[in-house]
Amino acid sequence: MSAVRDVIIIGSGPAGLTAAIYTARANLHPLVIEGEPSSTSDQPGGQLMLTTEVENYPGFVDGIMGPELMASFRGQAARFGAEYLTEKVTRVDFSQRPFKVWVRDDEYQARSIIVSTGARSLMLGLPRETELVGYGVSTCATCDGFFFRGHDIAVVGGGDSALEEALFLTKFAAKVTIVHRRGELRASKIMQERAFKNDKIEFLWDTVVTELLGETKLEGVRVRNLDTAEESQLPVTGLFVAIGHVPNTDVFKGQLDMEDNGYLITLGKSSRTNVPGVFACGDVQDHTYRQAITAAGSGCMAAIDAERWLESLGETENEIVETPRNW
Amino acid sequence: MAANIATLTDTTFDEEIKGSDQPVLVDFWAEWCGPCKMIAPVLEEIAEEQDGKLRIAKLNVDESLEIARRFEVMSIPTLILFKDGEPQLRLIGAKGKGQLLQELQAFL
Repeated sequence: MSAVRDVIIIGSGPAGLTAAIYTARANLHPLVIEGEPSSTSDQPGGQLMLTTEVENYPGFVDGIMGPELMASFRGQAARFGAEYLTEKVTRVDFSQRPFKVWVRDDEYQARSIIVSTGARSLMLGLPRETELVGYGVSTCATCDGFFFRGHDIAVVGGGDSALEEALFLTKFAAKVTIVHRRGELRASKIMQERAFKNDKIEFLWDTVVTELLGETKLEGVRVRNLDTAEESQLPVTGLFVAIGHVPNTDVFKGQLDMEDNGYLITLGKSSRTNVPGVFACGDVQDHTYRQAITAAGSGCMAAIDAERWLESLGETENEIVETPRNW
Repeated sequence: MAANIATLTDTTFDEEIKGSDQPVLVDFWAEWCGPCKMIAPVLEEIAEEQDGKLRIAKLNVDESLEIARRFEVMSIPTLILFKDGEPQLRLIGAKGKGQLLQELQAFL
């Protein structure tokens, strides 16, 4: 068993790494259990690791690549002494203090916990979808777009993520069909304008994908128009799904209060969960804004909340060198 | 990159794979793929730890698309394990070290 730490941060997207920067600068020596490599957004660095250009993160006039931005966050926290463990938390016990966190059989203890495990993209949930990942079904447009040069492909969804993927994929594909279950898009106006202007993008409105076709690799999808109930086939070799997100909270079930949809509940205008000393920030507790900048902001809140909590406990052995005023 | 990780290309692939007396795990990757970068250090560790039992090689799909096409790679990272020149196992998507070693267990 290792020594009891002041704070363990679980997750390493913009929220977790901002919390790491702040708690590290407050001499709380955070341990960031950052997750393990994956081709889904549930991985170190979070959802931005699968994106290309981020145009709306303040401070970057010409935009910045998602993975590069996250590498900077990570390096900045490391500079102030944050430690990283590239593993996924397998179990937690928040029922007594110090809190316990396990990575398989290895146990870690801390006086406070910041949960920032984020959210991952939903899949369609159709038969054989998982088997066809890597054979036409993709969880990462930036990884796989390259292989669809000259192909006809489909993107499912109507939000910013769907349009971003579709626009990115027009660099490679001959045609990108956006299949959306409604008659209008949820996406921001600027993304809508770009998509409508792009000659390679077509829309199938009020339509859902009902079946994946092809034996060893994707050869098409069956779609149904929700108004007319008419079914047809769309001959595509690639399918990219961007229909929403689900929070990464399975490991916290029975430990932290969550909404019916699995998002963690935070109290008032704070990052406090129902367990005193456990804080939550970023997309794991926010299905409304879901931006890198809002996640980063809430990560800062969680760090301040955790620091004040530790001060109120009087248990922290570390001298707090920063005062809130300096923040 | 660790010295014991070979770089394969369209022209060297066949010779290197067929000529190897150890199983070779080929990492199909590219510069623009975030998850590929994330598993690079994991593969370096495995290459070092399994030295003598398993060789690890990298193939950049941007530079060597012919080989990627031959094995119908449509997603990266894809890891294909070759033994006696033949593909034996295909792993798609980035994975952590524990999970990778588990998948490779039968060949070590």
